[in-house]
Amino acid sequence: MKTWKHAAASLAGAAALLAAPLISHAAEPLKMAWVYVGPVGDGGWTYAHDLGRKAAMKALGDKISTTIVESVPEGADSERVIRDLAAKGNKIIFTTSFGYMEPTLKVAKAFPKVDFYHATGFKSDKNVTIYNSRMYEPAYLAGIIAGHVSKKGILGFVASFPIPEVVRNINAYTMGARSVNPKITTKVVWVNTWYDPGKERQAAEALIGQGADVLLQNTDSSAVLQTAQDKGVNAFGWDSDMTAYAPKAHLGSAIEIWGGYYTKVAEAAIAGKPLKTTVWGGMKDGMNDLVSISPNIPAAAKAVVAEKAAAIKSGKVQVFTGPIKGSDGSIKLAAGKTLTDKEIDSVNYYVEGVEGQLPK
Amino acid sequence: MIESLNPLLASAIAAAIPLILAALGELVVERSGVLNLGLEGMMLIGALASFVAVAHGGGLAASVIAAMAAGAMIALVFGFVTLTLQANQVAAGLSLTILGTGISAFLGRQYVGFRAPASFADLPIPGLSELPLLGPSLFSMNLLGYATIALLGGVAWFLYRTRAGLALRCIGESPVVARSLGLPVIPVRYAAVAFGGAMAGLAGCYYAVAQFKMWQEGLTSGNGWIALALVVFATWRPLRVGIGALLFGGVSALGLYLQAINVQVSVFALSSLPYLATIIVLAFISSNQNAIRRNAPASLGKAFHADG
Repeated sequence: MKTWKHAAASLAGAAALLAAPLISHAAEPLKMAWVYVGPVGDGGWTYAHDLGRKAAMKALGDKISTTIVESVPEGADSERVIRDLAAKGNKIIFTTSFGYMEPTLKVAKAFPKVDFYHATGFKSDKNVTIYNSRMYEPAYLAGIIAGHVSKKGILGFVASFPIPEVVRNINAYTMGARSVNPKITTKVVWVNTWYDPGKERQAAEALIGQGADVLLQNTDSSAVLQTAQDKGVNAFGWDSDMTAYAPKAHLGSAIEIWGGYYTKVAEAAIAGKPLKTTVWGGMKDGMNDLVSISPNIPAAAKAVVAEKAAAIKSGKVQVFTGPIKGSDGSIKLAAGKTLTDKEIDSVNYYVEGVEGQLPK
Repeated sequence: MIESLNPLLASAIAAAIPLILAALGELVVERSGVLNLGLEGMMLIGALASFVAVAHGGGLAASVIAAMAAGAMIALVFGFVTLTLQANQVAAGLSLTILGTGISAFLGRQYVGFRAPASFADLPIPGLSELPLLGPSLFSMNLLGYATIALLGGVAWFLYRTRAGLALRCIGESPVVARSLGLPVIPVRYAAVAFGGAMAGLAGCYYAVAQFKMWQEGLTSGNGWIALALVVFATWRPLRVGIGALLFGGVSALGLYLQAINVQVSVFALSSLPYLATIIVLAFISSNQNAIRRNAPASLGKAFHADG
């Protein structure tokens, strides 16, 4: 009997010893890292992600510790950065640009215990979860305002790369405008970069030179908006609230709100049940919105935008609802039907009203 | 038809001006025999300094002074390291770029997110700005644009028509000979480096206070490197810097402009145009080895030991 007691006691002691580091480990903050494609100071895409990170830090305090790496070029360089962050013991890594998709998947295979979250991609894995924001919803609302404000009936869009994420924003913007004025057309200029204020400005100048009088952009700086103000036309902010850059030209800002999502991911991981489902949030989920709408837009536009915004937020209205015609005149979606998420995520055509050919 | 070219030309000129400013400064530096690869860093420092000056209500004159002073100061640090301590110029120049990019990003955080309260407005010259073709683009620039044209002429005149310019070129060719003639090699090189920094700062000021009217990290987006390439492209001749910058600005604007008028050309081909044009011209220039040998400063990038 005695020996049994001894054995039990020593077992308990061993268990306590083993458990001790586990307990103190649990009290350690969860290490999270973000990889950014631009500088935090871009005032746009990366800035919005960093606001999200800060919101998560505020919500969770010392339960998490965060690291960021800014201005990481897409491609091979990003793989090195992501690998390095994983090797340094980060348990959750957010890679926040489309071009990080393959590098993220590759590193994830080598670090099965780390959870990766890739923004805007379309490939997931056991430990790679995709998240994205339906920016085409605020883009559609921006289009409605543009349809009311444009005098010449020509809109301009400064686009980054010909990927579905960008193409559907061009389409939504055009559809929003044509819901007000069916004669409106959109001119598109591709700059092949996410962040280059000089090029973005030149693209805006080219569009304005061709008569475009309300611009939207899917690039990361405020250069397009600034150019619009200089040339006396209107434009929108993108990713972050850009009112202060061009108070006269600014009609509203389509913004991303990542704080809620980042907090949820961290909370789930701390609770031991990591979030692994694809999240594609929209205005309904509070992941984006059209904010700081200019007081100078016509009252009719204000009313329509408020009504549509409420309908999108309640889930009653889907932006990509038929009939949708392609720019070549073919029927892409019959009346009454809506595009599925899979179709929205692989859109490879311009809708009617968008000029030119989609680069292939 | 001609009117529809106006936005293209204006866009090309606007893109060319900061490139000309930065490249002119670098040209003088290289003509004195020093290679400063830190253009991008100095431009960013100048851009931030000028934005800070206007953000605190300093006005446009203060923004120019702040940009040029900040650019010159950081360039003098490079000068001290390479001319006095005789460190490797390539390494020091690259460090200057990294330093300038980092410092400007760090110090500039609180200046992100709003429009410059004052900026250089376009000043059309009455009469001239109504001329067909070039009128609306060339004669309705802002003050910095006109200053750039004056500086272009000024630098060309200085290098080829003044004794001081001759001395500077002589120092760039052979500092040993220059010294034996009694020319102050190191002081002239210091002055050239400071001038190059001031010009890069001014280019930054153009971005922050005239063109973009804002501060964002990495505002110059690699144009410092293009200005650096322009100096070689121009075979160290000031007026060719102007032509090269216009060509580069024009070709990059053209790619975007053709899209806006629905010309069916591959977007990828269009966006590679400026680089394609650069390669073609560089290939053309280097096929004429004489032009390079005649114009390239012979002592470029080599440290000068006053006692040796």
